[in-house]
Amino acid sequence: MSKSINRRDFLKRGSALVAAGSLPLSLIEVAFGVSSAQNFTFAYISDSHITHIKGNRFVRNWDRGLIRAVAEANLLDPKPDFVFYGGDIAQLGKPEEIDHGLELLSGLSGKVHYVMGEHDYYADLGDYWKQRLGPDYYSFDHKGVHFVVLNSILTHEEWMHGKWDTGMDRMKQMARLDNPDGQPFMVGAAQRAWLKQDLDKIARDTPVVVFSHSPLQKIHKGWNFWTDDAEEVQALLKPFSKVTVLYGHVHQIQYNQIGNISFNSAMATAWPWPYPSTYSQVKTYLPKLTVEMNRADPFFERDATGWQFINMHTGNVDVSYVLPDNRNRVVAFDTSAGKPLDTQYQAESKRIPPQTHY
Amino acid sequence: MSRSSVWLSTLLLAALGGVAQAAPLGLPEVPVPTGNPQTGAKIGLGDKLFHDARLSADGKVSCSTCHDPDKGFTDNLPVSKGFNGLTGTRNAPTVINAAYMTTLFWDGREPDLEGQSKQPPVNPVEGGLASHDMLVDIVRQDPEYVQAFRDVFGVEAAGITVDHIAQAIASFERTVVAGNSAFDRYYFAADTTAMSAAQVRGLAVYTGKGRCVSCHLIEQTQALFTDNRFHNIGVGFKSIQGKEAETAAAFVREKRAGADVDVTVLTRANMSELGRFAVSENPTEVGSFKTPTLRNVAITQPYMHDGSLATLEDVVDFYNNGGRAMETDPLSGFQSGGIRPLNLTDQEKQDLVAFMKALTSPEFAARAQN
Repeated sequence: MSKSINRRDFLKRGSALVAAGSLPLSLIEVAFGVSSAQNFTFAYISDSHITHIKGNRFVRNWDRGLIRAVAEANLLDPKPDFVFYGGDIAQLGKPEEIDHGLELLSGLSGKVHYVMGEHDYYADLGDYWKQRLGPDYYSFDHKGVHFVVLNSILTHEEWMHGKWDTGMDRMKQMARLDNPDGQPFMVGAAQRAWLKQDLDKIARDTPVVVFSHSPLQKIHKGWNFWTDDAEEVQALLKPFSKVTVLYGHVHQIQYNQIGNISFNSAMATAWPWPYPSTYSQVKTYLPKLTVEMNRADPFFERDATGWQFINMHTGNVDVSYVLPDNRNRVVAFDTSAGKPLDTQYQAESKRIPPQTHY
Repeated sequence: MSRSSVWLSTLLLAALGGVAQAAPLGLPEVPVPTGNPQTGAKIGLGDKLFHDARLSADGKVSCSTCHDPDKGFTDNLPVSKGFNGLTGTRNAPTVINAAYMTTLFWDGREPDLEGQSKQPPVNPVEGGLASHDMLVDIVRQDPEYVQAFRDVFGVEAAGITVDHIAQAIASFERTVVAGNSAFDRYYFAADTTAMSAAQVRGLAVYTGKGRCVSCHLIEQTQALFTDNRFHNIGVGFKSIQGKEAETAAAFVREKRAGADVDVTVLTRANMSELGRFAVSENPTEVGSFKTPTLRNVAITQPYMHDGSLATLEDVVDFYNNGGRAMETDPLSGFQSGGIRPLNLTDQEKQDLVAFMKALTSPEFAARAQN
């Protein structure tokens, strides 16, 4: 079919707009790199907080979030090399929740690697999770990149193994934010010793990617956006030229650079943190929070949730956030700045102001 | 005098003589692009083109075939019939108040009425013309058209382009606006008697428990009954259920290879269900379609992008079941987070339907009573 010049021009303009405003699936490819072997993509889904009500009933909102992330991740073309799940499949660590979450995740095509979250752990100290998924810390190599998975949500032994009436009491203590009786997350001495041994075998110029549930940096202790032995873990990572830490838990987009280590967070599929009281239109099953913040659009339950796919190139990561009912974002490693940067919203003036809730 | 001529003469009263079209109650002023100002002569030319069946492969299909003024500027068919009786994949949206849309077509693939009007004449299941050149040739061979284009655009026959045709049709469509419904008189003119008790209760369901107003917007001083956004509400996905990824990948590959989106989505039933994704390629927009206006919805049946719901009662049941005809039907993984079961009572459902019948403009009231 022939078209007028104007129409052809519009289509061109249209494509340009698409490229800027969304994530064309076929553009997930790498344009440069020292070694093409280190260039690949993987998907990263986190924090689904599947919540059991009773019998075979689960909170619909959180189910739908995970279902949607799985459906969208399956669209990636070419297929990602694997998928990472960043922790907190469950809300209260119940076997029903872990089973249901894994059933929904079974819809993903390809291999999935799992990270332990505190909501998966504290009901039974991770027994059921490990029974279903295996070890909670391990490493593997893929296309020239060394991947490390840590269980960063442990805490003091005496607290974990203290006098609890039930595991659920312990779980609920750990699930509270701003809990005066709360405990800080930590990787712990045993895993740090393992990590040291593991990394000793790796050449210093090998790109290293570490997955943890909590940030391996100290952001906000009251909400456990925190790992108490973060400095010790960072010290073990320091000898490597390129290190990236990918973490869940915070339900929002964060990025940071400490020395040689880039930090990137994952969005949750369940709910954004923090959220406003104005969201409470009907009876909801949100965990009780004490601090509120804005949600972009309270009507659309998926707004301000999402998942991410990651472009690994020359040992650094670019994180593309896929955000339903919102604008997708890309936080890419900027080689000239030497740190990850949001590709669209660096400047204060370019940021989207928060809504006022009345 | 035919109904469409009556319609035209009513509309032209406001538009002739360069007078800005007064906005009907409940609607803002019609936005007019600076590159295509409204004039009476241009509107008249657009009206003639809109109703001219010669502008198709079999000489039987005009814009008004699928956007029939007597049917609320729709065809009241599930999906439209083009030349030689060929059918596409999508329900003809009304032209009424399309002037306010920020994108056109169910997937928003055109930014304005000008762009929109150029696609159907050359779509292989609609007008069926092989090219825009053929469209222009038909116009050039009619001395009346040649004179009209000379008057409106100051061009001779050889200078007429498809863009002139598109501008004239778009100008006509910008006169097809209608507000001043019972709802408008109740809500914006404080006429408390304009709506029935059931309709008043229905409005409360609409803005409350029914969650309708979050997408079909009612604002402080106007009501377009659309947010001009795209949502997957659960319609039509069954044909690609479980095959979304392969359908999307195949679509993107064909698009990269030069396939025309307009042709693909109207001729390939499975790819049609990709919705907005076909335009944006955004993984969050698979199966998303544009929120249609609800003005005059009582006369624009059947409903949804595929015309799959016959009545307003069906539509309310569909939403009440969380975006599905039956409570036991599966849900799309891509369904919008705004859609969830509503638990409406039978009374609330009836009231909601009654309210939607309060959105008919007086120009179309006779049709609604048929």
